[in-house]
Amino acid sequence: MNMAIRVFLLLLIIFSSMYPTLCIYEDQVGHMDWHQQYIGKVKHAVFHTQKAARKRVVVSTEENVVASIDLRRGEIFWRHVLGPKDVIDALDIALGKYVITLSSEGTILRAWNLPDGQMMWETTLSGSTPSMSLLSIPTNLKIGKDDVVFVYGSGCLYAVASVDGEVIWKKELTSEGVHIQQLIYPDGTDIICAVGLAGLAQFDAYQINVKTGELLKHSSMVFPAGFSGDLSFITSDIAVTLDSTGSILVAVHFQDGEISFHQTHVSELGWDFSGPAVLLPTKLPGMFALEINKSIVFIKVTNEGKLEAVDKLGQSTAVSESLNLSEGQQAFGLIQRGDGKIILTVKLGNDWTSNLLQETIQMDHQRGNAHKVFINTYVRTDRSNGFRALIVMEDHSLFLLQQGEIVWSREDGLASITDVMASELPVEKDGVSVAKVEHNLFEWLKGHLLKLKGTLMIATPDDVVAIQKLRLQSSGKSKMTRDHNGFRKLLIVLTRAGKLFALHTGDGRIVWSLFLDSLRKSETCQNPRGLSLHQWQDPHHHVLDENPSVLVVGRCDHSTDSPGVLSVVDTYTGQERNHLGPRHSITRVIPLPFTDSAEQRLHLLLDVNRQAHLYPRTTEALDIFQRELGNIYWYSADVDKGILKGHAVQNNCILKIADSYCFNTRDLWSIILPSESEKIIATATRNLNEAVHTQAKVTSDQEVMYKYISKNLLFLATVAPKAVGPIGSVTPEESWLVVYVIDTVTGRILHRMTHHGSQGPVQAVFSENWVVYHYFNLKAHRYEMSVIEIYDQSRSDNKDILKLLLGKHNLTSPITAYSRPEVIAKSQSYFFMHSVKTLAVTSTAKGITSKQLLLGTIGDQVLALDKRFLDPRRTVNPTQAEKEEGIIPLTDSLPIIPQSYVTHALKVEGLRGIATVPAKLESTTLVFAYGVDLFFTRLAPSRTYDSLTEDFSYALLLITIAALVIAIFVTWIWSEKKELQEKWR
Amino acid sequence: MGAVTRNHTPIFLSLILLLLPAALAISPENVEGYNINGRVKFTGSITGSGLPPKISNVKVLLNGGQRVTFLRPDGYFSFHNVPAGTHLIEVAAIGYFFSPVRVDVSARNPGKVQAALTENRRVLSELVLEPLREELYYEIREPFSIMSIVKSPMGLMVGFMVIVMFLMPKLVDAEEMKRAQEEMRNQGGTPSLANFLAGAQRTS
Repeated sequence: MNMAIRVFLLLLIIFSSMYPTLCIYEDQVGHMDWHQQYIGKVKHAVFHTQKAARKRVVVSTEENVVASIDLRRGEIFWRHVLGPKDVIDALDIALGKYVITLSSEGTILRAWNLPDGQMMWETTLSGSTPSMSLLSIPTNLKIGKDDVVFVYGSGCLYAVASVDGEVIWKKELTSEGVHIQQLIYPDGTDIICAVGLAGLAQFDAYQINVKTGELLKHSSMVFPAGFSGDLSFITSDIAVTLDSTGSILVAVHFQDGEISFHQTHVSELGWDFSGPAVLLPTKLPGMFALEINKSIVFIKVTNEGKLEAVDKLGQSTAVSESLNLSEGQQAFGLIQRGDGKIILTVKLGNDWTSNLLQETIQMDHQRGNAHKVFINTYVRTDRSNGFRALIVMEDHSLFLLQQGEIVWSREDGLASITDVMASELPVEKDGVSVAKVEHNLFEWLKGHLLKLKGTLMIATPDDVVAIQKLRLQSSGKSKMTRDHNGFRKLLIVLTRAGKLFALHTGDGRIVWSLFLDSLRKSETCQNPRGLSLHQWQDPHHHVLDENPSVLVVGRCDHSTDSPGVLSVVDTYTGQERNHLGPRHSITRVIPLPFTDSAEQRLHLLLDVNRQAHLYPRTTEALDIFQRELGNIYWYSADVDKGILKGHAVQNNCILKIADSYCFNTRDLWSIILPSESEKIIATATRNLNEAVHTQAKVTSDQEVMYKYISKNLLFLATVAPKAVGPIGSVTPEESWLVVYVIDTVTGRILHRMTHHGSQGPVQAVFSENWVVYHYFNLKAHRYEMSVIEIYDQSRSDNKDILKLLLGKHNLTSPITAYSRPEVIAKSQSYFFMHSVKTLAVTSTAKGITSKQLLLGTIGDQVLALDKRFLDPRRTVNPTQAEKEEGIIPLTDSLPIIPQSYVTHALKVEGLRGIATVPAKLESTTLVFAYGVDLFFTRLAPSRTYDSLTEDFSYALLLITIAALVIAIFVTWIWSEKKELQEKWR
Repeated sequence: MGAVTRNHTPIFLSLILLLLPAALAISPENVEGYNINGRVKFTGSITGSGLPPKISNVKVLLNGGQRVTFLRPDGYFSFHNVPAGTHLIEVAAIGYFFSPVRVDVSARNPGKVQAALTENRRVLSELVLEPLREELYYEIREPFSIMSIVKSPMGLMVGFMVIVMFLMPKLVDAEEMKRAQEEMRNQGGTPSLANFLAGAQRTS
C-alpha cells in the first residue's frame, strides 16, 4: 500500500512540474498574436523604377520613418524609424543607389543603401542659425571625382560628396538675416543660385561657384510694400510671390544677378477674384497656384513675364510636382474629388487644355480628400507614356493608382493611434449556425493527429506546413461573434487623422472604419484633432438589444481653450449615432461610476472656465447626478505652477442662457509645491475599471495584511527644476526625485519619499494598492524601478477571532475618505537594465490572477515582468515560510528573461502605448501594443490554469483511453485463463 | 524519473576583451559639444542558433532615446555635439543583449575616454560595444524521445497502470502469493482482477 502511495506521489510531482512555461515555441508565432507594420502619413516620395529588377518607391513620413516600398504590392522592403525629434525635411536618391535624407532641421544628412536599407554614411552639418532645410541633388555634376549633393541648413550651404558624405565646401549665407528658400542649379553650369528673402521686404540672390563654394555675386533689391513670405519658383530665373496684403502678385526676375519686379493685381487676372490670396507650395513648370476664396487658381507665367489665369478648381485638389518626360517635356498630375470617386488628371506642363491622361477611380467617401499626389511615368508597349500615381488621402492612407485602378492600398493612419478602447462583439444569435465552421469528426481527429505528430517531433516538413496552417486559421478565431472565453473583441482605435477603426482581436483585420465628420476640417472647426475615447454605453443587463457605443472627444485646435467636439459611435455598425459641437472647451473627461436606465454612462466634462458639463443631456442623468452630487471629486495638477488642487461640484452655472447641465466647481484643497525645488513630471492613477479580488493578504506567518484600496489615490513625481532635462545635463548632487501618494478627496499626503541623485523621465503605473515607477539613478548611472505598497493598519487588529465572534470588530464600519487612515507604506528599489518608454500592468476579469508589469523597452519590445519581483517584502535570505509563500530572494537588479518578451522576436517600432483588456477567462488578459506598428497577443500571467492549453492533444487522450481499455480486457482475459489453469491443476 | 527542468538559462557567452591602443573616442568639435564615436561589434564567438546579426537593423540610442543613430556598414556610429557630462548609450538589436554604457564627456581634458558598462562596471578602454549574450525568445522544442511520451499526462496514466498491474504482483513474494491463492481457493469465490489486485495490495 505504501508503495502505491509513494509511486503515485512521485508521479504527481512529475505531473505538476510539467505545466507549460510562459514562453512560446517558435512555431506558435502568429497563433494568438498578430503584428502589423505601418509607416505613417507620407510626406515625400521618390520613385525608383529605372532598373527592371525591383521597382520601388522610397518615402519619408510624419512618423519620422524612411522606408522603401515595393511598387507592385505595397509591401515594405526596409524601413527605419528615426528618433522622435529627428524630423525628416527632405528626401532624394543620389547615384541611383543611395537614399539621401536630411533631418533634424537640416543638421543631419544620411545616406541609406537602396537595396537593403543599410546606412552608408552620416554627416552632421553644424550651423548656428535656424533656417529652412533644402536638399538639391544635381544629376550630372562632379567636383573632382565625386558626385555632389547640395544642402542648405542652419544658414549654411554645403557641398557634400554623395559617395561618402565628406563635406567638400561650406559657405555661410546668413548675413543680413537672409532666409534662403530655394537652391537653383541649372544643369551643366558652374553656378548654383541660392535665392531667398531678407526680413520680408528684400529679395536676395547669391551666385556661388559649385566647385569651390566661392561667392561670385550677391544681389538684392528691396520691395517697399513687403512680401507675404513664400516664394514660388517658376523657372530657373523667375519667382513669384505675394505682397504683404495678399492682393498683388509680384513676379521676380533674377537672371544673372539682375533683379526686377513686375507687379500684377490679383483682380487683373480676371475670374472676379476677391479676398486675400495665399500662395500654394507647388513645383509646376511655368505655373503656380493660388488659393483664393476657397478655390485653387492656376496661373501661368508667359515668356514675357505676363501672368495669366488658366483654371480654377475646387479647394480639395491635390497637385503633384512636375515630372520630366523623355523629350524635355514636363508633366504633372492633379487629383480632384468627386462623389465617391477621385479623378486623376495628368497634363503636360505647357498645355493646360489637353490631358495626357484622365482616369476616374472609385474611392470610398471615408477616405476624405487627397492630400498629396506623386506621379511617375513608365513606357508602355506602344512606346507612349503611361503614368502611375501615389496618393496620400486625408485619413493618411496610401494608394497606388495605375491604369484607372487601385494597385494596392495601405492603411497608414493606423501608425498614429492616439487612444484605444475594447468593445464586445455581438452575442451569437440562435438562428445563426456556426457548426459549418467546425469540421466533421474525422477531419477534427486528423487535425489533432497531425498536431500530435508535431509535438512528438516526428512530423515531416509537409506535415509541419499543414500544422502551421491549421493553427493559424484554427477554431474560428476571427468569427464576428462573442466567444465563451472572451478572446474575441473589437479594438476601437482613434488615429491622429480623426478616423476611427475597429480591429478584430483574432487576426487584426479592420472590421469597420469611420472618418468622423466632426473631426474633419470645416468652417467652424479649422484644425480638429481627436483626443480620447470613452465607453459611452456598454449594455449587459436589461438593454441587451441596444448596441454598445463609444464617446469620441475632440478639440478644434491645439490650444486647450478651443471648442470641443463630441460624437457617439455605435461599435457594432460603425455608424455615428449623434454628434455635438463645436461647443465649450474640454480640458478633461471624467467618466462617472453611474449609468442611466439605458446603461449610458454619465460623463463630466470640464472646460477651461472651470465649469463642469454633464453628459448625456437627459433629465434622468441629471436626476442621478443631483443625487450623487456630494460624492464626486476630482483633482487637477498645474504642472507649470506646481499646484495640485482638489475639486468638487458646487451649483448650477449662471449663464445668459440657462443650462441645467452646467455646474460650477469649487476648490476643496490645494497643495503648493515649492517651485524652486520641485517640478511635477509624472502622475499616475488607478484604472477605474480595475477589479480587485481581495483586500486581505495572508502572509506566511499566518498574519493578515489589509491592502489600502481606494479609487482616489494619486501618484505624483517631482524632480529638481534643474533635472528636467535629459540625462547628462545635471550632476547627482543637484538632482532629486520626490514621489508622493496623495488621497485626491482630502488632499492628504499618505506617503512621501525622496530619491537623492535621481532624475526623470519617470514612468509609473498604479494598480490595487501599489505603484511601480521607473526613473534614472545618476549616482549609479543606471535605471531604477521602485515599488510602493500601501497597507491599511486600522484593520490589522481584526485578527482576534474572539473579537470577531463577539462582534467587536470594525470590518463593517464604512470606509470613508474623511477619516484619517492609518496606513503604512512599504517600499523597495531595484536596478533595471533598459530605458522604458511606457509602463502598463495586466488586468484580468476578477483580479484573482497575479499581475505582470508590461514594460515597453527602448528597443521597442514589450517585456513582461512578474509583480513578484517588485515586492517590498523581498529579503536577501527569505525564511522557509516566506519561500513557500513565493517570495523571491532579493537581488539588486531585476532579471530580464528573453523568453518573457511578449513581442518575442518582433519589434513594435515607435512604441507609444500598451493597453490591456481582461478576457472573460480569468487567467487571461489581452495585450495591445501600439506605435508605428501594432502588436496584439494574449497573456496568461499565472499560466492558463482554468483551461487546457491550445496544443492540448485530444488525440493522445483518446489513444490513451483506448489503450487502457484494451489493457483492461487483455489482462482480464489473461487472468481468466490463469485462473482456469489454476483450477485444472 | 526525476523532475524535469527546461533550459531557461540564457547562454552566457564569453567576452573577448579587446585591448587595442586607445583611440580617440571623444573628440572636440566646437564650443557647443563633443563627438562620441564608437563601434558595435558582433564577435565571432556569438554565432549560434540565434538570428544572424543584421547591422542595418541596429539602433544606438543616447540618453534614453533623446538621440537615435544607426550603424555604418563597418559597425561604427557617432553622436555629434554632445554636451559635456555623463551620458548613457544603449544599443537596441533584436536577438542580442547589450549592456548600457556610461560615457563621461569631460570638458576639462577633451579627448579622454571614460566608458564603462553599467551592468558589470567593466571599464572600456575603447568604445567598442559587444553583445553580452544572445537572446533566445523562443523555447526550443525538445526532440522526440520516448521520455516525452512517458512524461505526458497520458503517458503517466499508462505508466501508472503498467506499474500497478505488472510490477506490483512481482514485488509480492511468490510464497505469499501462493498462500493468498490458497486462501482464495478455500473461499471458493470466483477469482477476478479486482480481488487479484486487492490481494496484491493487502500483502504489500
